[in-house]
Amino acid sequence: MKIALLGNPNTGKSSVFNMLTGMRQHVGNFPGVTVDKKTGIIEIGKEEHELVDFPGTYSLYPRSKDEEVVYTNLCDPKNEDYPDAVIVVVDASNLERNLLFFSQVYDLQIPIILALNMTDVAKRQNKEVKIEELQKLFPEATIIETIARVKLGKQQLLEAISSLKERKGHIFHKDITVASSLDISEQELDTSKRFTYLKEVIGSIEKVTKKEERQANRWDRILVHPVFGYLIFSIILLIIFQFIYVFASIPMDFIDGAFASLSQWMTDSLPEGVLTNLLTQGIIPGIGGIAIFVPQIALLFFFIAILEETGYLSRVVFIMDKLMRPFGLNGKSIVPLLSSVACAIPGIMSARTISDWKERLITILVAPLMSCSARIPVYTILIALVIPSKTVFGFMNLQGLVLFGLYGLGLFSALGVAIVLKWFIKSKDKGFLMLEMPSYKMPRWQNIGMVVVEKVKLFIWDAGKIILSISIILWALASYGPSGRIDDAVAKTEQSAKENNWSEDVKNQSIASVKLENSYIGILGKTIEPVIEPIGYDWKIGISLITSFAAREVFVGSMATIYAVGDDGEQNLPLIEKMRNEKRADGSPVFSLATGVSLMVFYVFAMQCMATLAVVKRETKTWKWPLIQVAYMGVLAYLGAWITFILLS
Amino acid sequence: MESLLSNIKNGEQVIIRKLKDSIFKVKMMEMGLVEGKKLEVLFRAPFGDPIAIDVDGYTLSLRKDEAQLIIVDFQKASKA
Repeated sequence: MKIALLGNPNTGKSSVFNMLTGMRQHVGNFPGVTVDKKTGIIEIGKEEHELVDFPGTYSLYPRSKDEEVVYTNLCDPKNEDYPDAVIVVVDASNLERNLLFFSQVYDLQIPIILALNMTDVAKRQNKEVKIEELQKLFPEATIIETIARVKLGKQQLLEAISSLKERKGHIFHKDITVASSLDISEQELDTSKRFTYLKEVIGSIEKVTKKEERQANRWDRILVHPVFGYLIFSIILLIIFQFIYVFASIPMDFIDGAFASLSQWMTDSLPEGVLTNLLTQGIIPGIGGIAIFVPQIALLFFFIAILEETGYLSRVVFIMDKLMRPFGLNGKSIVPLLSSVACAIPGIMSARTISDWKERLITILVAPLMSCSARIPVYTILIALVIPSKTVFGFMNLQGLVLFGLYGLGLFSALGVAIVLKWFIKSKDKGFLMLEMPSYKMPRWQNIGMVVVEKVKLFIWDAGKIILSISIILWALASYGPSGRIDDAVAKTEQSAKENNWSEDVKNQSIASVKLENSYIGILGKTIEPVIEPIGYDWKIGISLITSFAAREVFVGSMATIYAVGDDGEQNLPLIEKMRNEKRADGSPVFSLATGVSLMVFYVFAMQCMATLAVVKRETKTWKWPLIQVAYMGVLAYLGAWITFILLS
Repeated sequence: MESLLSNIKNGEQVIIRKLKDSIFKVKMMEMGLVEGKKLEVLFRAPFGDPIAIDVDGYTLSLRKDEAQLIIVDFQKASKA
């Protein structure tokens, strides 16, 4: 049997979902929209039922494209996801508003269970729901009281599922009918009639013993305060970044090391050949490239889930909304943008909390302009190469200042591009806030754990397969060249190694270098030289630009291979030395100030990260947006680098 | 006396008289903003926008231009 789980947002719907399905959950897609379809299995004895979690909505009528799934799936019996039964979670402390949605679903004549949740919260607010009266209003519904946060009511819900009441055509009110999803005026009439009737009967269902004098909550006074509000948010961000930046590097280094050793071990123990190379240079580093992001993603979503569960996130949105709006963004964009300073992947995934599609899309499209941690190795080596380490303005280090400037450039351009996109992206839905600010609660660790597991799984499966395929393609392009070309070059190098008595290290590094130079990627690097020459780069830089499409930090390793120096993985001193001494045909250094800074600017803008592209594809469910992103960022990168080069030459 | 919800000071209680016609009208009704509903303005964000109101015991945040669509009456001391 297929059961749909519905309800208003903040009613504890996900707690009900977790309570009923346990760990047996699976995330897929609703066709045609960007909402994830979370399904789980309910076991009752030997029987298994499928529970589908629908997005939380305040009514049957869609307010955004994503909310359409509720209407299309429930109102069309031919739809493949049309349920055999529905469970509607109703917040007992907010009865009238929740019953609007319930009454609409009730009228659809699907066997229905009303899970009256949060009765404990209602009690604290001196509200009591009279179940018998509620039952009289909806005689064909099974009503179950639950407190899902503490797993109360699971057994009763399971029993209700096994003995569903048959629908015999009873509707909420004889004069009220569910409207079409397109007819706004009919929807207005329906909603208003339902509320009028509900207002008549609510007094008999709900007993309010003492009308609570509600004061602005003490916490709210501090958390939305003009000074303390922003201060507290900054401190929380600082703590989160500390974890993502610093502490995540421990497991990341471990993963990095583990995959490198695995690859090394395989190279040593497997027979030489194409398959071994594919495994050790393509597949294993590819999987490593996926695994390396897991600690940051897990940590970020751990924190975001806590902020969301406690109710704090909606306060952040509240104080940030006005600041973000001029840029076509939403108060909710702040988390994705700031997360992208660590890594755009979890950042873009966290944009999912933005319900307005246009605001979410703009956030996704500009997030990779924030300078992520993978750019640091590139910035560091280039700054060391062309920026002198001297003190300016009496106390600031010029190198540090340049690094700061690159971060600033990223942030500044993200906001600028957002303004431009705001004009270009058309949207039927007008952005709105109208956000329920849930009361503060202690987080439920089980719910948080589920969120983290779900996000990590999504990333590994959906983005992972694209990352892996591109890794393999890049490996093939870097390992193979037109027939005989690599072999000839290697033979020549071995010859000169013999003649000049090179050491084994020098010989191997030189061979690696000519192999790359004569591979398809090497040829590609040389082919694009006329294009990148105006911005100050030679074919060696061209090769590194192409290989670093896998991930920005690969730039450093590629440069080391081309310049035939060992990648010591730490200070890169031999590489910096070699790059500094590299001369052009006319005897001037390749890495002049102009070329170096132009390259930094290029890396600020360019979309050199296939993993991010894969995630954007996943989140927008089409290749259109990642391709637009590559294009606009590529144009920005080229123009920015070109202007920089001209100005500094 | 009637006014727009966007002009109501923090801590004041009002009753919704009417929602102006807009694409948000149904959405507002769904959030519980229906004629005759008592509201209390709770607090505002640092730049005076958005505002947070109490609707039947839950807190709703609204942008200022959304609040401008809601015509309210000041609550009388006793209402039948």
